[in-house]
Amino acid sequence: MPYLVHSPEDRAAMLETIGVRSMDDLLVDIPQSLRLDGLQLPDGLSELETMAQVSALAGRNRVYPDRLTFRGGGVYRRFIPAAVAAVTSKPEFYTAYTPYQAEASQGTLQAIFEYQSLIAELTALDVSNASLYDGATAVAEAAMMAHVHTGRNEVIVSGYVHPEYVQVLKAFGDGRGIKVRKDGEPNKKTAAVIFQQPDFLGLLVDPRAITTAAHDAGALAIACVDPISLAILAPPGEYGADIAVGEGQQLGLAPSFGGPHVGFIACKKDLVRKLPGRLVGIAHDARGRRGFVLALAAREQHIRREKATSNICTNHSLCALAAAVYLTYMGPYGLRQVAEVSFKRAHNLAERLAALPGWERAFPERQFVNEFPLRVPKAPAVLRKLSRKGILGGLEVGRWFRELKGVVTFTCTEVNDARALDELVEALRS
Amino acid sequence: MTEALSFELSRPAVDPPRLPEADVSGPNPADVLPRDALRSRPPSLPRLSEPEIMRHYSRLASLNYSISENFYPLGSCTMKYNPVVNEAAAALPGFAGLHPYQDEDSVQGALELMWRLEQALCAVVGVDRVTLQPAAGAHGEWTALRMIAAFHNSRKENRTEVLVPDSAHGTNPASAALSGFHVVEVRSGPDGRISLADLESKLSPRTAALMLTNPNTLGLFEREILDIAEMVHATGAMLYYDGANLNAFMGICRPGDMGFDAVHMNLHKTFTTPHGGGGPGAGPVGVKSELAPFLPSPTVERSNGHLVLDHKRPQSIGRVRSFYGNFGMLVRAYTYILAMGGDGLSQASQDAVLSANYLRKLVETDLEMPHEGPCMHEFVASAHNLHDDGVRALDVAKALLDRNFYAPTVYFPLVVPEAIMVEPTETESRATLDSFAQAIKEIVAQAKTDPQGLRDEPKNLPVGRLDEVAAARRINAYLQGQSDDPVLRWKAPSEGPS
Repeated sequence: MPYLVHSPEDRAAMLETIGVRSMDDLLVDIPQSLRLDGLQLPDGLSELETMAQVSALAGRNRVYPDRLTFRGGGVYRRFIPAAVAAVTSKPEFYTAYTPYQAEASQGTLQAIFEYQSLIAELTALDVSNASLYDGATAVAEAAMMAHVHTGRNEVIVSGYVHPEYVQVLKAFGDGRGIKVRKDGEPNKKTAAVIFQQPDFLGLLVDPRAITTAAHDAGALAIACVDPISLAILAPPGEYGADIAVGEGQQLGLAPSFGGPHVGFIACKKDLVRKLPGRLVGIAHDARGRRGFVLALAAREQHIRREKATSNICTNHSLCALAAAVYLTYMGPYGLRQVAEVSFKRAHNLAERLAALPGWERAFPERQFVNEFPLRVPKAPAVLRKLSRKGILGGLEVGRWFRELKGVVTFTCTEVNDARALDELVEALRS
Repeated sequence: MTEALSFELSRPAVDPPRLPEADVSGPNPADVLPRDALRSRPPSLPRLSEPEIMRHYSRLASLNYSISENFYPLGSCTMKYNPVVNEAAAALPGFAGLHPYQDEDSVQGALELMWRLEQALCAVVGVDRVTLQPAAGAHGEWTALRMIAAFHNSRKENRTEVLVPDSAHGTNPASAALSGFHVVEVRSGPDGRISLADLESKLSPRTAALMLTNPNTLGLFEREILDIAEMVHATGAMLYYDGANLNAFMGICRPGDMGFDAVHMNLHKTFTTPHGGGGPGAGPVGVKSELAPFLPSPTVERSNGHLVLDHKRPQSIGRVRSFYGNFGMLVRAYTYILAMGGDGLSQASQDAVLSANYLRKLVETDLEMPHEGPCMHEFVASAHNLHDDGVRALDVAKALLDRNFYAPTVYFPLVVPEAIMVEPTETESRATLDSFAQAIKEIVAQAKTDPQGLRDEPKNLPVGRLDEVAAARRINAYLQGQSDDPVLRWKAPSEGPS
């Protein structure tokens, strides 16, 4: 059988060493009435047959080429350097356990420390944790931090924050008795104001105004940010946000039908003790050699149990490693190049699409980076037509926001080359 | 041997990577965005060439132990071999290239995989429905408790307490608290199993659920599980199963048949998705039909041979993460289940139990065995017998590292002093188990002759024992504004005080 190592002779010899006659003698504690005679599942397959079945399922999905994908909404096609997979597919990384034994886990610990440093640099905040599951749970965890920090029971979601992030926030809030309010002025009950920059439609908000209003009410400002946009946009630390969170998928991770990706969270110094999850710090051994350890563990569930800041244990370490390799590969100027190329192409595309008969910019007075909303006549039929031509068109956002019926957001990155933009526009004109 | 940080290796003169130009006309950000919307200075990311980057990470990789090279006898963690074909399956472009907001018609294969995985997990644990959305075990625990809370609320019952055994994993009480429950601890009896008398005294009309793992964290099967289930259900509470120990009994028995109403599973333990140095994992939750209306949205449903995502579920607890869960991990787990089949999974659990009992037998005279066997897939020993030599469980753990074994779980569960928790899994050979037992014997012998030598372990690793207390002191100094060294991140030396 695949992956099993004992031969029948091994099993017999091991039973003999234990001093029992059969496996049943080892399972005596299980009540007879519970014992099964196997599972109601088909027998196993050879690797050849297994892959044939799995590949057949993969073959029933339609994959659009990166360059002809213009749909975002939280998951984006980006150029992923080959270096990322070359590192994350090293078995020393992907088959390692959580680095509880620091001396035997320095590779993972140092990589996480570098990841934390990269995220802190990018967001211009003091400290980042070792990773969370995704952007949605990162928003929810940040709200929980604000609740604990301020002792207040309400959070405000300002503007168009990713609807699924808000749904997750509500589910988390339900457990803690935290109310989620859509828009409105913060007051003395408000623990935090949460906003997304750029927002779910791709539009820029005024983070300074939101942050100031939150602080004036004694609330925290939580910025949910696009990590690549931070190469050009003011980072949360520059406008005074207390916590920055976001989805790190764009930093070297495949779309993979929505996961696994990675949530990031960084905060100001005075909130560090309320951070959820693991943190890696520098420590030294008796000979003075520098190493890395899991730090401030007294916040965490394995020490604090029901008083922990979060229940998170397993996080998204390998995805954080991918993000670290990506950011290291890009460096400050590579990242800026990626962001600027996306910016230029998106603005070029927006202009051409808005010029199509009947099409117009939604919210034309607002700026965007590389995702933008358009009012599109007969949007479902348009998107179907594009699909027939092998193009994954924009995202209809009316399914989440009734007032945005007929609005489609298009996204454009460095993978959508100039010719791909032409193909999209031509397909729409025909 | 240590490796410099990428930030320390960085050289400002290094060219950025070659990337495409825009090739279209369009504005630069500075042309159209207001100045205060722009970043004032570039982030201090490292600047390295690709050859330097690859060597840096290869060196870091060489500093790690991993299941590909080392035996991980980590109790409660089920560190088994990660089949390489799983990685190939998840990387298929038909999976890796899928956008989560594609039309349902274009992702039927992905939804079919999720549907089949749900069916397979239902068969393994004996439940009616499974959500694949939770990203990890703790996330699954919390999801299950939210469903249990919603169930009680739907019946207008105000149940505020969750019972958790003292031997439970720390995520159990943390998840319960984050779900809004008060945590009430239930004591273990002298045989290491839950005390029925204590359970009886803690159960009340306030009890929402009992969280249990079986076999428990001592590796012992709760023989009286059917009585426990009856007691819990008689008070109107629910029984929750922590799937950490599912590897003990696939094909041997099922939590659903034991009376559990909600069951979480760790695909990264039982179903071989790699641990990744601490994730990503996946923590699906299975439920009996009475909890099914409360499952997170969306669920995958079959309708006229077509698979759909059902978002219209009025009683659902909502969404617990974005999209549909850690899909890439679901592909890996499904691939494993196909390859193993019902026969393979059953044999895997039997071999896991066999290996644990075999290893327990080999070391039973070297370490204390606080509880009688047989054990299931893991056992808890105690280094208490080395106490008089001044040697602790931690010293044994570090000495094992120097002998090329990863360490067992130590000081857990909390109910055993100097606990050493060993879970060999079915993918370690008899020869490996023999050599591990030999290492334990050598270490125990050394405790008599050279205890200081053990306290100085490890000696052959990139670093020796790291002073976490001093590190914590330095972090405190930073957080209290007495130092500029953040300890928790690299910071450019030239930047000066923050």
